[in-house]
Amino acid sequence: MTRAPSNTSVAIHDEFDIVHVRHAARQAATTAGFTLVQQTKLVTAASELARNALVYGGGGKAEIAVEDLGANRTVRMIFTDRGPGITDIEAAMADGFTTGSGLGLGLGGAKRLADQFRIESAPGRGTTVEITMSVRRNAGP
Amino acid sequence: MPSVPIVNLNGVLLVTIQEELLDQSVSEFESELTEKVVDTRARGVLIDVSVLDIIDSFLARTLHDIAAITSLMAARTVVVGMRPAVAITLVELGLTLPGLLTALSVEEGLALLAPPPGPARTALR
Repeated sequence: MTRAPSNTSVAIHDEFDIVHVRHAARQAATTAGFTLVQQTKLVTAASELARNALVYGGGGKAEIAVEDLGANRTVRMIFTDRGPGITDIEAAMADGFTTGSGLGLGLGGAKRLADQFRIESAPGRGTTVEITMSVRRNAGP
Repeated sequence: MPSVPIVNLNGVLLVTIQEELLDQSVSEFESELTEKVVDTRARGVLIDVSVLDIIDSFLARTLHDIAAITSLMAARTVVVGMRPAVAITLVELGLTLPGLLTALSVEEGLALLAPPPGPARTALR
């Protein structure tokens, strides 16, 4: 059975949208056939990155896609904001680094939870964070 | 906006989180609970998180802060019912929450918060 790749975009403007992003991530993880622990990791990473986009980026969007890639089924999440951007990405990735009221675990934590992590940012040009998490195609239900 | 009911059970405030919370509700819950600890002179707080399918760094920090604040007010906080997948994720996220008291069920949590036995208890009655 082949599943059509699915694609969702969620705007991030307020706290309710963090919840919307979590729900969309949960939906994608279920569709991809993730285990419960993988689902929990994906949704938690989505929550961290959505909050980052809202609090530090002044809002943006999350694009969530389920992809069939070879032997794996992958959930790809791309968070984009048009905020002030990050001057020192390496420092921002370090645990405990925060310019806001958070714990400073958002970026580093999301990176640890994901299989792949990519960040692009420059001062004045916003921030894009992309993470993927995969499950072997025949491992799902 | 969802709120979190707080029930006083003989000096222990029982808090059952009933649905996924907004960050704002989490912050409101923290201040409401803190005030209630003072008002009721509670010796313990039991927070049941068994309904939550994720706990992210914001909520985890709040739980940790509540425990720290209540301990300054002579009340111990126990978090009960954390799901295994949630615990695994929190540790990978980097949040081991040292010092946070936990129990697997409300019953075991209440046992942890039982008043000290002996003369102190008799004197209170």
